[in-house]
Amino acid sequence: MAAVLAMVARGCGGVWRRLRQRCAVRPGSGPFPRGERAVACNARGGMMSAGKSGLTPWIPVVGLEIHAQISSNSKLFSGSQVQFAAPPNSLVSFFDASLPGTLPVLNRRCVEAAVMTGLALNCHINKKSLFDRKHYFYADLPAGYQITQQRVPIAVNGSLSYSLCIDNKMSQMVTKTVRIKQIQLEQDSGKSLHDDARSQTLVDLNRAGVGLMELVMEPDMCCGEEAAAAVRELQLILQTLGSSQAVMAEGQLRVDANVSVHHPGEPYGVRTEVKNINSIRFLAKAVDYEIQRQIEELGNGGTISNETRAFDSKLGCTVPMRDKEGKQDYRFMPEPNLPPLILYDAKSLPANMNHQQVINIDWIRERLPDLPSVKREKLVEQYGILPEHSFTLLVWQQDQNCNSRHSNEDGLPEFFENVVKQTQMKPKKVIGWILNDLLSYLKQHSLTVKESPVSSFLLADLLNLLEKKEISSTAAKQVLAELWKGKGKTPLETVKEQKLELLQDQKELEQICQAVIDGQENEVMAIKAGNQKVLNKLIGLVQKKTQGRSNPVLVKQLLEKKLSE
Amino acid sequence: MGARLLGHALRSQVSAALKEGRVTPTELCQRCLALIKSTKFLNAYITVTEETALKQAEESEKRRKRGQPLGILDGIPIAVKDNFNTAGIETTCASNMLKGYISPYNATVVQKLLDQGAVLLGKTNLDEFAMGSGSTDGVFGPVRNPWSYSKQYKEKSVPKSHSEDEEYNWVITGGSSGGSAAAVSSFTCFAALGSDTGGSTRNPAAHCGVVGLKPTYGLISRHGLIPLVNSMDVPGILTRCVDDAAVLLGSLAGHDPKDSTTIQDDFKPFELPDLPDVSKLSIGIPKEYHAPGLSSEILSLWSKAADLFKNAGAKVVEVSLPHTRYSIVCYHVLCTAEVASNMARFDGLEYGHRSDVKDSTESMYAATRREGFNDVVRGRILSGNYFLLKQNYEKYFVKAQKVRRLIANDFGKVFGSGVDILLTPTTLSDAVPYTEFIQEDNRTRSAQDDILTQAANMAGLPAINVPTALSERGLPVGLQFIGRSFQEKQLLTVAKWFEKQVQFPVIQLEEAERHDNGVFQHQKSASFS
Repeated sequence: MAAVLAMVARGCGGVWRRLRQRCAVRPGSGPFPRGERAVACNARGGMMSAGKSGLTPWIPVVGLEIHAQISSNSKLFSGSQVQFAAPPNSLVSFFDASLPGTLPVLNRRCVEAAVMTGLALNCHINKKSLFDRKHYFYADLPAGYQITQQRVPIAVNGSLSYSLCIDNKMSQMVTKTVRIKQIQLEQDSGKSLHDDARSQTLVDLNRAGVGLMELVMEPDMCCGEEAAAAVRELQLILQTLGSSQAVMAEGQLRVDANVSVHHPGEPYGVRTEVKNINSIRFLAKAVDYEIQRQIEELGNGGTISNETRAFDSKLGCTVPMRDKEGKQDYRFMPEPNLPPLILYDAKSLPANMNHQQVINIDWIRERLPDLPSVKREKLVEQYGILPEHSFTLLVWQQDQNCNSRHSNEDGLPEFFENVVKQTQMKPKKVIGWILNDLLSYLKQHSLTVKESPVSSFLLADLLNLLEKKEISSTAAKQVLAELWKGKGKTPLETVKEQKLELLQDQKELEQICQAVIDGQENEVMAIKAGNQKVLNKLIGLVQKKTQGRSNPVLVKQLLEKKLSE
Repeated sequence: MGARLLGHALRSQVSAALKEGRVTPTELCQRCLALIKSTKFLNAYITVTEETALKQAEESEKRRKRGQPLGILDGIPIAVKDNFNTAGIETTCASNMLKGYISPYNATVVQKLLDQGAVLLGKTNLDEFAMGSGSTDGVFGPVRNPWSYSKQYKEKSVPKSHSEDEEYNWVITGGSSGGSAAAVSSFTCFAALGSDTGGSTRNPAAHCGVVGLKPTYGLISRHGLIPLVNSMDVPGILTRCVDDAAVLLGSLAGHDPKDSTTIQDDFKPFELPDLPDVSKLSIGIPKEYHAPGLSSEILSLWSKAADLFKNAGAKVVEVSLPHTRYSIVCYHVLCTAEVASNMARFDGLEYGHRSDVKDSTESMYAATRREGFNDVVRGRILSGNYFLLKQNYEKYFVKAQKVRRLIANDFGKVFGSGVDILLTPTTLSDAVPYTEFIQEDNRTRSAQDDILTQAANMAGLPAINVPTALSERGLPVGLQFIGRSFQEKQLLTVAKWFEKQVQFPVIQLEEAERHDNGVFQHQKSASFS
């Protein structure tokens, strides 16, 4: 228990500070008596770390329910196309509209995606799973029930390892594991658009029946950062598998958080469910806010009720959702129109079975792509780059996908590897050019790696010039700036055109150095008096005079030589 | 027993007449349409598709003239129970909820019939959403049994004052596929589709003196059949003779990619032997079907039938299906639970009736469903939802599923012991007058009437009603054969043999005789294959 506590305190220490700051900054806003809260909050500062105050510490517990839309051409039980932002009700089959007499037909692709995801998350794949109906009346649920897997889901008992950095330092990363309770296949609902002005509700059924994987993460997390890191890793895995595009902004990944707090040694507290979280950043915020809210509520002698709350991203807080008039009874029932979903493995595969008709778990396992964790390890091992750099390479690929919706395409890691292949420069040096220069340019211009005006080939070419000492790194940056313009010139052509080659003529360089020394009497005095730092200024001046074409190492040697004369 | 035989001797009449051009599909269609009009009082049809039927007949005629018919069914007039979707033709389920609802697609079975050139005459009447055993509880009113107007019944019924006769003596068709049974029985079509969840095809077939086949669950696609109980529903086939049922089965059965519960294998249509042999068979007589309320007439017919088999050399053994007596209560739980679920989609949003109540979405739902469904449907929804509540689920639904398994296992044991076919009554008695029938509520009636037919649905087994004889009141009585799963050929072979033995009489219907000229002389008793 002590170990757990220590971990909690360490992992989340930073979080509470930030929260308290925000509370203090925004008094009175939102539905709560914020001013009082801020005061109370500050008064109990440091409560999370056991021992500092006399109060018993709270242990926050966070579990997640995640809905990932399956990346598939057609819906889970019908042939309708799946497409984001299509004209309303343009992708609706008779089944999706629940016309009487229509029956569900399971989409093989969706099952394969769920199996793939289950395997990637170390789940036990159930060779026999069942479908159930979950009943509730809602305008965007045309059948009056959702087909889901309540009794026997397709995958159970998995785990997900994720890493997060401590105190915002990339260099201090810890790896944690969250258990995956289950993955179940289910239908998405349609969308209701409420037109309050005309007091009417418009229903769009394009999304109705799209395949979802519901992933239940056990309450193994203890703060917003952990939840966010776990979801980020999951997102990356889904995108690597191609089982979901997992773009939160497009609703392909929806995260609900179950939050509770309790004292050490006591049973878990009453939990609340936080919904309406539409980005990973907001997930961290929502969870931390909710933890803090519960701690304060309980500290004030209040109680936590088992309720659903919505995260208000503008106010940065959670608010109770409209009361559903008591608890819903979903009246679960087996779906009679779908036989049990039977999966096979190499052992159980019947010999005379048509292979098109069966799903072989082993076959899918053998074809799983490298998962992000493996990719990162390989990058670190093969190229000697830092682990945190491997994270940036992969995570950025995901951010990029959020904008461009092209998962599973060649991304930053591949770009990096291609450059490495084509250059003599050491990977450790190449990574700097990728993470600093390429990445900042792409980010600034909201481009994908594919859209980069500088191909891996061009960049490699440029880095080779640098490596062969034909240009200085300053010049290389100038060339790169020119290459971004995408005029179709090679680095060498650019170097020649702008006369950026290193000065090979030692005499000319010596003359320039001498001229600099002659013009900077004060600096020379300082250097001679022992202030070696001033030498850098002289080097800079030489660079300026040569327009970056001088080799700084050589310049330094020349200057030192001349100054010691 | 009967005057004429429904069998091979006449079965080729219509087909041959069409083939030889002695009658054209249009003539055939016109005669059926005329007969539908003159028997309108039966209320067998909800919708008569005169125009499209004549067009279809015309197309069929062209094909036949070219010598390229699509098959045996080309040009044959058929009717379809109004709980099967028909593209462009109203599909009502005899409910206010779907009054005026025009489906954009054809049920697989309807499509298959049309693809083979059958001429769709119309949609037949039923109990609302097929919930009932009398065909009395639909929004379009009760169906009248054609035998109420037969010479046979009129002669036997106690003469009262003339006007009373007509109004008070007419008997029900049974249900819920009463419209289809009446349509076939009154010669307005050659075959009709029904549905069978607890006996809804076999029960009216028995009361109307026609063949009613409930195939094995999964043999015929349910796609497009508006469900009652998905795990028990099967499209049913109503014909005038067993051979015709085999023809229909052959054209309807097999895998449907749109229904995941259909068999994976293709179905090979079969013809029944002309001289079936039952001498090597073992016929089981389940003692539990000697149920309370079974009329002595039927009991004696049942035992005569057993003797027929014995005399033909078959082994006749008494068997026990001990759990059948729990079938009704078990069915009640499973049926209402699925009904509650299946009916949830009728909320007035996407299709069907929508109430004018606009206070809130919830009040609109409630009013729509109150206005759209009759008491029977609403009652089943209510009890079904009760059984599915979290605190009741184990106690009722799960228990009922277990009982269902036991009922099915009973059949398995009996068939496993070497019995080939079970012989039972189809109904407890002959059809009762409407005025008597409505003395009891729908639930009581269904519970009584389904008692002999339901277990086959629980176990998914094929079963068939074969018209056997007329009762003392001049009304049809049928017996039921239950076979092994997917052993339809054996089942129909036995049924055909039995049909030949009993020579069930042809209905003598004034209205039909009026339209009878040449072809109808045969058609009354003839089949089309």
